Amino acid sequence: MIQLFMRDIGLAVRSGGGFGLALIFFLIVVVLIPFALGPDQSALALVAPGVLWLGALLACLLSLDRIFGLDYEDGSLDLLASSPLPLESVYIAKAAAHWLTTGLPLALAAPLLGVLLNLSFDAGMALCFSLLLGTPALSLIGAFGATLTLGIKRGGLLLSLLVLPLYVPTLIFGAQAVRSASLGQPFDVPLVLILAISLGAVAILPFASGAALRINLR
Amino acid sequence: MMPDLGKYAVEVMGSYGVSLLALALLCVVYIRRSSLVKRALITAEARKDA
Amino acid sequence: MNSTSTSKRLWDAFWQLANPKVFMGWSGRWLPWLVGLTILFLGSGLIWGFFFTPDDTRQGSTVKIIYLHVPAALMAINGYLLMFVGSLVWLIRRQHVSVLAAKAAAPVGMTMTLIALATGAIWGQPMWGTYWVWDPRLTSFLILFLFYAGYIALWAAIEDDDTAADLTSVLALVGSVFALLSRYAVLFWSQGLHQGTTVNLADGAKQENISNVFFQPLFLSMAGFGLLFVTLLLIGTRTELRRRRLKVLQARERMQ
Repeated sequence: MIQLFMRDIGLAVRSGGGFGLALIFFLIVVVLIPFALGPDQSALALVAPGVLWLGALLACLLSLDRIFGLDYEDGSLDLLASSPLPLESVYIAKAAAHWLTTGLPLALAAPLLGVLLNLSFDAGMALCFSLLLGTPALSLIGAFGATLTLGIKRGGLLLSLLVLPLYVPTLIFGAQAVRSASLGQPFDVPLVLILAISLGAVAILPFASGAALRINLR
Repeated sequence: MMPDLGKYAVEVMGSYGVSLLALALLCVVYIRRSSLVKRALITAEARKDA
Repeated sequence: MNSTSTSKRLWDAFWQLANPKVFMGWSGRWLPWLVGLTILFLGSGLIWGFFFTPDDTRQGSTVKIIYLHVPAALMAINGYLLMFVGSLVWLIRRQHVSVLAAKAAAPVGMTMTLIALATGAIWGQPMWGTYWVWDPRLTSFLILFLFYAGYIALWAAIEDDDTAADLTSVLALVGSVFALLSRYAVLFWSQGLHQGTTVNLADGAKQENISNVFFQPLFLSMAGFGLLFVTLLLIGTRTELRRRRLKVLQARERMQ
């Protein structure tokens, strides 16, 4: 399982897949926002929490279909299925690798991009923490969606359609935490709720995804 | 016969119109699909028995 | 003792329906009656509601929209519930009728969600002064609509029927958890403009939330929408069962 995890990270870094691409996508979204809304600093600060969370969420979405897609096509997923490693663990290893190459860099970069949108320091910290706690949920939910659309050719659009509604609770709590922080209010409650979603996703989704993988590989 | 809907006539008529249209459309789709599949199945069964 | 054996027998009879042949026979016999009852209840409820109810003192004639809005919303939620149960039964007992019923329920539920949203928006414009507010109830329904759309799209995208049934069922189960979660997350996110539940069958009569003048036609209309849902569900499930049989026959023909 550790080996699979390391292999996936290695692949992602080497092929320039999720790693750089998601970050640059995030940067571009943030750069486009002032063009769309005008350069007014106070207006930007007002929308920054939501926009940054939304940007990170969309950036996460980009590389989802690669989590299983390549391994499914070249047959290595079949090999993994016949190995003693349960498919639930395969799912966890792959979701973890996706988080480490996409979610974690996004969370670390977000406060820097927050500066561009006139986000206060406190809110930037809240953004970083909420993304750190929330992106595991995004990766887990996204990887679950990827297991569902595995056998479908050009399933990328369908994947987004399935996954985005599932992202709603995470987004609500995440953006709420940053918004509270930017208004100088305590933001511990939404942070705890995000953590709860991530933990809940770890508890439930491996079984659903394992089942979906087995169905697809039959 | 027609009730006096007052100043909200457009809203009330509109919502009834939209809803009944949607329901009618749904029924038509379900019934059409049902009869299409039914006919196809009957011909297929006939082919099998023949 | 006697009552338990009766309910046991009913329970067994219910599971008999999982046999496609039994289901086709049973639903074929009941369908004409259901169609008649649906027309009777839905027609009388809506006609009563539209023509023979007084205007509300505050809402004027827009109160008549309630006869569409509330039943449609009720069926939208019940449709999702039915999808959940149908998918669960399929995953546990591998009975095709249940998953095909879930498949047939989805478009009906989605249409009901749309009707609830559309009538709500039309009612909201004169009453709240806006077609749409990001209120928890409205938002939950919009999310419900997205879940329906995803479920239907996944069914349509997968070619093999049994694989599609399995994967959509997994999606329906996980989706239900997240739909429920979204429901409460949305409450956290915004305080609402939408009034609380006005129609409560259990204690509606006691509390007089809604006067009988409005409640009686509303009840008829709710029954009508429920019957319509069941009727369409049976028609849809029968279609899906036939389609499945058709595919088997076609596959057999190709083999020969």
